[in-house]
Amino acid sequence: MLKYLLAGIAFGIILVKAELISWFRIQEMFRLQSFHLYGIIGSAVVTGMIAVMLIKKFGIKTIRGEAIHIPDKKFHKGNIYGGLIFGLGWALTGACPGPLLAQAGGGATVIVITLLSAVAGTWVYGKLRERLPH
Amino acid sequence: MEQLSIWLRQPWPWYVAGPLIGLTVPLLLVLGNKTFGISASLRHVCAACIPANIPFFTYEWEKEKWNLVFALGILLGGFLAMTFMRDSTAVTVHPRLVNELAGYGIHDYSSLIPGELFSWQQLLTVRGLIMMAGGGFLVGFGTRYAGGCTSGHSIMGLASLQWPSLAATCCFMAGGFIMANLILPFILSL
Repeated sequence: MLKYLLAGIAFGIILVKAELISWFRIQEMFRLQSFHLYGIIGSAVVTGMIAVMLIKKFGIKTIRGEAIHIPDKKFHKGNIYGGLIFGLGWALTGACPGPLLAQAGGGATVIVITLLSAVAGTWVYGKLRERLPH
Repeated sequence: MEQLSIWLRQPWPWYVAGPLIGLTVPLLLVLGNKTFGISASLRHVCAACIPANIPFFTYEWEKEKWNLVFALGILLGGFLAMTFMRDSTAVTVHPRLVNELAGYGIHDYSSLIPGELFSWQQLLTVRGLIMMAGGGFLVGFGTRYAGGCTSGHSIMGLASLQWPSLAATCCFMAGGFIMANLILPFILSL
């Protein structure tokens, strides 16, 4: 478990150093006033894509020697509706779930309320799931 | 050495931060076949604390403990970086945004998170409540409905060429543009 803690710490540090946790940067992105976040997401995707390709091509295994398996995501209408709802929340809070955690850890204690609301939102989704279009 | 310390304290450019974030994908795969995704941790919290016999929350969340540990790590990483790895320079923001926000009484750029919007005092205002509690609710509800957030869909999903993730990512962006440009101006003027 320690390795995942360390990976999380590294990721949290990057989120802060990239200013990805900044409400201002998110507002700039959604107003097309800065390339910064587009550059980050774009280069992250390209790096990840190359890495996944290399893993598949060379049959790279986990540190325990297991074959690496990436489950396929199936399309459903929630990708659209949920995606739009999350987008609204993203621009409002200026943070997606990862940055919210880093903000709370970084001293903005009130963001704990935002995180608890996010847990509540997740719970309400679980409760209403059967009645929502998928 | 001194240069390194200065560099560590400055904000990192996108071409450094982006690839590092992208490397989280193979890192988690190689460490233990884990797929990168942060919003899933919110579901595990529900499953662990308030499952209430809801089928969506009755599963062996203990098997996904790594995800909660990873989330805790992000919290700690945020603390370490904000405490030891930041200089005191103000955030530089596009002049048009500075101009726009000044109209709503937002002038303080000393922190990455505007204290004039996100603070315990602001939580008691209608604007603050909508932005923090309301925004958080939309993030939690939307990510789970969409089956992932920026990490699970936009980075992990796109990196492994999953087209549902492309659809989700386009909708994240669309929702963000609608909120920032069409709805947020009303909320900020409350």
